[in-house]
Amino acid sequence: MSVLPGAAAIAGIGATEFSKNSGRSELRLACEAVLAAIADAGLEPSDVDGLVTFTADTSSEIHIARNTGIGELTFFSRVGYGGGAACGTVQQAAMAVATGVAEVVVCYRAFNERSGVRYGLGQADRRMDQGADSAAYAWLLPFGLNTPAQWVAMFARRYMHEYGATSEDFGRVAVVDRKHAAANPKAWFYRRPITLEDHQRSRWIVEPLHLLDCCQESDGGQALVVVSTERARDLPHPPAVIWGAAQGSGYDQHMMTSYYRSEITGIPEMGLVGRQLYRQSRLTPADIGAAILYDHFTPLVLPQLEELGFCARGEAKDFIADGNLEIGGRLPFNTHGGQLGEAYIHGMNGIAEAVRLVRGTSVNQPGDVANVLVTAGTGVPTSGLILGADR
Amino acid sequence: MNGTGRPDDYEKRLQAWVGRVLGGPRHGQDPVNVPMIRHWVEAMGDPNPVYLDEEAARATGRETVVAPASMMQTWTMRGYAATVRPEPDPGGMEELTALLAEGGYTSVVATDSELEFHRELVPGDRVSVEERVESISLEKKTALGEGRFITTLRTYRDAHGEVVATQRWRLLRFRPEDTARREPDPAERAGGGQAGKGRAGGERAAKRPEALRPRPAINRDNAFWFEAAREHRLVIQRCAACTTLRHPPGPCCPHCGSFDWDTVEAAGTGHVYSYVVAHHPPHPAFEMPYAVALVELTEGTRLITNLTGIAPEKIEIGMPVVVDWLEADPELTLPVFRPAVPREEG
Repeated sequence: MSVLPGAAAIAGIGATEFSKNSGRSELRLACEAVLAAIADAGLEPSDVDGLVTFTADTSSEIHIARNTGIGELTFFSRVGYGGGAACGTVQQAAMAVATGVAEVVVCYRAFNERSGVRYGLGQADRRMDQGADSAAYAWLLPFGLNTPAQWVAMFARRYMHEYGATSEDFGRVAVVDRKHAAANPKAWFYRRPITLEDHQRSRWIVEPLHLLDCCQESDGGQALVVVSTERARDLPHPPAVIWGAAQGSGYDQHMMTSYYRSEITGIPEMGLVGRQLYRQSRLTPADIGAAILYDHFTPLVLPQLEELGFCARGEAKDFIADGNLEIGGRLPFNTHGGQLGEAYIHGMNGIAEAVRLVRGTSVNQPGDVANVLVTAGTGVPTSGLILGADR
Repeated sequence: MNGTGRPDDYEKRLQAWVGRVLGGPRHGQDPVNVPMIRHWVEAMGDPNPVYLDEEAARATGRETVVAPASMMQTWTMRGYAATVRPEPDPGGMEELTALLAEGGYTSVVATDSELEFHRELVPGDRVSVEERVESISLEKKTALGEGRFITTLRTYRDAHGEVVATQRWRLLRFRPEDTARREPDPAERAGGGQAGKGRAGGERAAKRPEALRPRPAINRDNAFWFEAAREHRLVIQRCAACTTLRHPPGPCCPHCGSFDWDTVEAAGTGHVYSYVVAHHPPHPAFEMPYAVALVELTEGTRLITNLTGIAPEKIEIGMPVVVDWLEADPELTLPVFRPAVPREEG
């Protein structure tokens, strides 16, 4: 068996406030989050010897290290594919710690995604070059399929057609997210729950997606400190042990537009992640006490539940309607409010919430949670984690 | 299409120009000569020695230096004199231009120039050119406005009357949008960004796209598809080794690993596999809302496209569709799809 499961743990989490206009540079947000996470772990910047972030981040590791007094780095790495990178950064850190190339690795992501460059506006006016990544957009942009919401809507429509899911079924995901956010003082939508009627009445962004199917855009930063499980036991918080850490890119993978597979109602790359997570952790879906599922758009939460084995194909709508995602339900979901309710920090804030669930400190703590499954961006090459209590 | 109420004989008067030669042959003022070649290759930064170095030219099997093929058009141009002493054009192009202006097509943009070379020119050659109207299209919707594509064939000959090159030259003569009037037609809006169709009696000023559609990033792996689209051919890449079709295309076959490929022309039929109707965020190239579909072709591959000729609320998954061509702008032609069976508009 691999050396990875159980070798490393998340010992510290730190974030800035989540806002719509931070008024600060992205680098400053990153530094604030990194320092907060290091302090939460009871460590000093000089203890850190590794940094990992997204290829999409504008603040390189050297800027973080130089500004925060981290100093020398023996490990630095980046993960691509937008929000699909989130759990992948922790996998990189865990592998570095498990192999001994670094001892204290901080994963970070910080941006002014609302007040600066907004991903939600799409790629239509993006500068293109002749590389394969640009050329891949040639099949989309001239036809006006430019934004993440539009890309997801294409999958959603087909899913509705094949499984009889409705807009209300997507709306129930948003309602749960916002219910949980309403109890979370750090959430942008703190004390602002919505009803299914609100969801149905919200304007179209791209049919079949209403405004309330789409996550907000946020400014903010989040960081996580990864050390060996052994070392974590000596630090202030109970370790959130990394029992599973996996990446997945599926057959015939495209960026949010894998429309050319024989079926487009599943998320095969997430299935690939799930199989690895269960194999590494020797757990099954029945052992998972809570889930933080990537919710940039509600429709792709449904096939995630199916790919990860929480329900059968096409049955996620019933699984959700039966209340399983509630705090008292079978699989408490996005207890921080998700990206729809708390903030869109490219999935990194969800990993922090999973750590809180293992520590027992979530604002919506559903009792003891032994194992939490976390996912990263959907529709892209992605990643996942199973975090759990020390065994 | 006769939306502005022009009499039918306008079409006849226009089409009468098809086949006509626009004046007699125009002769070059100077024979092909080394000084002009030198100016050209210096300006273009073309280092090929066969244009100026006798020895290098002979080493390639040529008898002497040759003129760059790309200079063909220049030998018969009037050059600087044309700007300081304009002369009436005896050929008839001015008359045709006036007729097009009468139809409202007062703006022009060149869209294509396809050259075919029969032999290389050498110093001393005397070149003449004759231009014949090949076709005048029906009115087309383009992002610039409604217009007609005027295609002519220019034949270049040497002093003995032998053809040295031909050039197919295409202009779009179009009606500038602010003179057009239209009423929005929900059925047409489904395809997005196709505003500008002339309509008699329209009250509101035209709402034409304020920007061109986003450019496809063209590279060596995908250029063929967009080039074929300009010729209104919907092609699918095919592996030359195992004949598997693939779209979007790529340099290598995922089934057998072959880098050899060709294309097949699609029948242009298929069905809607999925679709979306975009409302937000607005983009100046598209009139909101508009429909984008994932169409599965009869051949089995799928592509992203627009749906046109149908109101968004009438679109259904599984609906049979056929290809149509959108001249989005002079540089971009896209396959779009419309219902195979015309639908009753609500």
